[in-house]
Amino acid sequence: MPKLKINGQTVAVNAELDTPLLWVLRGELKLVGTKFGCGIALCGACTVHLDGEAVRSCVTPLSSVREREVTTIEGLRGKEADALRQAWTEIDVVQCGYCQPGQLMSASALLKKKPHPSDADVDTAMSGNICRCGTYPRIRAAIHAAAGLT
Amino acid sequence: MADFKRRHFIQYTVGAAGALVVGWSIMPPRQRLVPSDPLPLAPGQVALNGWVKISSDNTVKVQMCQAEMGQGIHTGLATLLADEMDAAWEQVTLEQSTLDKIYNNQAEIVDSLPFQPDENGYTKRAVRWMVAKLIREIPGAIGTGGSSSVNDLWLPMREAGASARAALIAAAADIWKLPANECRTESGRVLHASGKSASFGELAVRAGQLPIPKNVTLKDPSAFTLIGKPVRRLDNSAKINGSGIYGIDVLPAGLLHASVTMCPTLGGKVARIDAAAAQSLPGVRKILVFAPYGGGLTTMGAGTGGVAVIADTPYHAMRALKKVTVDWDHGPAADLSSEEVIDGLAQMLDSKSGKVHYEHGDVEAALKSSAKTITAEYRVPYLAHATMEPMNCTVQFKDGAATVWAATQVPAFARNAVAKVLGIKADKVTIVIPFVGGGFGRRASMDFLCQAAAIARQAEGAPVQMIWSREQDMTHDYYRPAFVSRHLAGFDAQGKLIAWQATTAGSSMGMPSFMDGSSKGAFDTGYEFPNARIAHQSADSLIPIGIWRSVAHSHNAFFTESFIDEAAVAAGQDPVGFRAALVARNPRLLRVLQRAAELSSWGQPLPPAPDGAKQARGIALHRCFGSVIANVAEVSVAADNKIRVHRVICVLDCGFPLNPNLIRQQVEGGIVFGLSAALRGEITLEKGRVRQSNFHNYAPLRINECPLIETDILPSNEHHEGIGETGTPSIAPAVANALFALTGQRLRSLPLKLAG
Repeated sequence: MPKLKINGQTVAVNAELDTPLLWVLRGELKLVGTKFGCGIALCGACTVHLDGEAVRSCVTPLSSVREREVTTIEGLRGKEADALRQAWTEIDVVQCGYCQPGQLMSASALLKKKPHPSDADVDTAMSGNICRCGTYPRIRAAIHAAAGLT
Repeated sequence: MADFKRRHFIQYTVGAAGALVVGWSIMPPRQRLVPSDPLPLAPGQVALNGWVKISSDNTVKVQMCQAEMGQGIHTGLATLLADEMDAAWEQVTLEQSTLDKIYNNQAEIVDSLPFQPDENGYTKRAVRWMVAKLIREIPGAIGTGGSSSVNDLWLPMREAGASARAALIAAAADIWKLPANECRTESGRVLHASGKSASFGELAVRAGQLPIPKNVTLKDPSAFTLIGKPVRRLDNSAKINGSGIYGIDVLPAGLLHASVTMCPTLGGKVARIDAAAAQSLPGVRKILVFAPYGGGLTTMGAGTGGVAVIADTPYHAMRALKKVTVDWDHGPAADLSSEEVIDGLAQMLDSKSGKVHYEHGDVEAALKSSAKTITAEYRVPYLAHATMEPMNCTVQFKDGAATVWAATQVPAFARNAVAKVLGIKADKVTIVIPFVGGGFGRRASMDFLCQAAAIARQAEGAPVQMIWSREQDMTHDYYRPAFVSRHLAGFDAQGKLIAWQATTAGSSMGMPSFMDGSSKGAFDTGYEFPNARIAHQSADSLIPIGIWRSVAHSHNAFFTESFIDEAAVAAGQDPVGFRAALVARNPRLLRVLQRAAELSSWGQPLPPAPDGAKQARGIALHRCFGSVIANVAEVSVAADNKIRVHRVICVLDCGFPLNPNLIRQQVEGGIVFGLSAALRGEITLEKGRVRQSNFHNYAPLRINECPLIETDILPSNEHHEGIGETGTPSIAPAVANALFALTGQRLRSLPLKLAG
C-alpha cells in the first residue's frame, strides 16, 4: 500500500497507482477542499503543492507522487498563506469560491518564489486558474497586497 | 419543553386554529413574518419569527431562503436583518430556511412580467398585484434568480429584524421591570441607562414567550450601522481555508459514487449496453441505464438518457464507465445543426415580422418618409454556463424518504421533481443546499437532480453522489439560445432619428405570450424614439435552452447598443451625445451616461495601450433589473488581430446601495462573465452533438486577459435594485463599439472576431 505525506502526516492509501492524486485526496482521504473542475489540467481548481511547487492534481497519478510532500488547501500554512488569506478577506475576493482553493495554492507558490511579483509574474503564475465569477481584478489586488504584508 | 410549546401556541395559533390570541392581532394575509408551521428548533433555541432564531450561546441564526451562488446574497440579506435587530455582526450565522410560503420570491416573478419600467398604468398595477397574490399562496415558489433577492426581501428581513429587536427589548423590560422605551440595543445587547444590560442570548427565552410585537419601526437610514456599509462577506473564511462545502463535497456516511455518460446526441437515450467488462472492475457496485430527464420550468428541450456506474470511489466509477459499451438511440435531433437553426432564424425574419412587444407612433410611415435609413442584422450564438463546479447531486433514498444535497436555485421545485422520480410524496424529500459553485441560471434545472434520484433508487438505501465530468456538463447544458435580430433606423432631412425598428427571432423560452420576456433589453431601454416598433418572432428548435445570466438582456443589449451606435455614426453624431438626446427626459439614464463620459474622459485623446498599440473607446448604456449601467471599454487590437480590453469604466445607478463593496464585486464579475462570452463564447452543434467539450474549446477569460475595471456607484436613496446580473449585458456592445471606432469594422455577431 503506497504511503503519502500529506499536510505533514504520513498516510497509507488503498487507491491503485494510476489514480489521479485529486481523487485520492477527495475520494479516499475525504480532503474535499481541493476541487474537481475539468479533469485535464486546464482550470487549476485541483491545484496542490508537491514539495512546495504548484501542480494540477487531476493529472498527477498516485504513482508519481512518491516521497514528495503534498500540501492541500486544508494544510496551507506559513507567512505567505497567512498574508494571502488576510488580503483575500480584506479585499473580499471570493464570490462562489469554488476556484479559490486552487487560486490560493497557485498564489502561495508564486509568493514563495517571488515575494514581490510584478503584474506579468501574476499573469504567468495565475493564468492557469480559471474563475467564472470574475474575481480576477481582486485576486491581482490581493496578491499585491499580500506581497506588501510579508 | 414547556416554553417551546407555549411559544408556538402564541406565535402560531392563528395558523393552526384561525383564532385570535389575546394581546396579539391576526397577521394580515400578506404577512411574511410568521410561517404556517413552527420552525424546527435545537435545544435552547428560540425562534422570534420566521426569519431569526437565537440560541442560548447568543448565536443569532438568520433563516436563509436564498441560495448563495457567489452573488453575496447571504451576506446582503443577513445584513438587513442584523442591522434592524442591532445584532453584533460576529454573532450572526445562517441556516437554510424551510420551504414555507413566506419565503416565496414574489419580486422575481412580478418583475419578470414584460411591462415597461416607466409605465404605471392600471393594467400593469393590476396584473402585478394579481401575480404577487398568486405567488404568495402557491407553495414552493422559493427561488434565487432574476437579481431579485434584495428587492424581494428588503422589507421582510428588515421587519423581521426590527420585530426581533422589539421582542428582546420587551423581554428585558419585563425582566427588569423597567419601561421598554428606556431600553436600547447595541451590538447584540439590550441596555438601560441604569447600567443594566443583557445579551440577546440571555433574553431570548423570555422574548419568545411574549406576543409578537404589533408595530415595529424600521430604522431611518441615518441610523444604519451595517446597511449601506462595505460589510465583509460572511463566507470568506470557509471559502479560503478549504472548509466550505459545495454539493460535490458532501460526505454522508456510506457514500457511493456515480459517474455518468449521456447520449452524445441531445435528446437521445440508451438502446443497449454491454457492461460485462466494466462490471468486474474494482469497486463497481452497479451499472444502470437511466431515462432522459428534462430541465424543467426554466428550460426547453428534451433531456438525454444515459448510463451510470455506481462504485465505492469516484475514480473507480469513472474508470469503469470507460469500459461500458453503449449503443445509442440518437433520437430526433440526430441531424440538428446549430448553423442551420440560426440561418433559419434569419430566413424567418425575411417573411415574418414577429409579435409586437412595443409600439409607438407609426414606424412604417416614418421609415417611408425618412431622408436616410440604415439597416443591420445581428447574431448571437448558443452559450454554455460552464460553472466551475460541474453538475452533481447526492441523493439517499431509504425507507420511503429521500435526502438530496444539491446546488439548486429552486429547492421546492427540486423537491417535487425528485419526489416524482422516486414515486413518493414531496414532503418525504429533504433538500439540503450547500454552497453553489456558480449558478448563472444552470442550477434552476431539474435534469441532474432527477438523474441522481434515479440512480439512488437503485442503490439500496445508500447515498450516491453523481458527478458529471466537465465534458458531460458542457455537452449537456441548457444553453442560452441563439438569436438573430434585424434593425432599421430612419433619419429626417436634418439627421434626427425618427424611426427605430427591431425584430428578433429565437426562443421565447416556452413562456406564454403575456409572460414573454424576450424583448427585455430591447423594448424597455428608456430610449424615447418618436416612432418605434419592437417585436419578437418566436421560434424553437430541438436544441435544449435555458436561462443564462441576464437572460434576454444578454443578447438584446448587444443588438440595441450596437445599432444605436450605428445610428449615431450614420447621423454624424457623437455616440454619447446621440444617446443623451434620446434619454433627455430620463434623469437616471442621463446621469449615468454623463458620468460615464466624464470618468472615461470621453472625447479626449486616448493614450496607446501598454504595448504601444492604438486604443479606442466604446460606450454602452443599459437598463436592467431596475438598475442603470454604462460601460466604457478601452480596446486595442494586437498584431495577430487579437482583441484586447485594457480598462472598463463602469457607472452604476442601483438605487440605495446595500453593500457598495459587494455591489462592485458583482458588477466586476458580471462584466468579466459578459466579456468572456463576447470574446470567445460559442456553442455549436453538428448532428445534434455539441462540439465544445472542455475549457480548451470553450475557453473562458483568464486573469491575464482581464481588464482593469473601475466602478463608480452613484449615490442614491431610491429603491435598491438588482445587481447580480447587471454587469453582463452591456460589455459586449461597449467593446464592439470601441472596435468600430478603432478599426472601422462593425462587428455584428458574437463572439467578436476581426476580419483580415
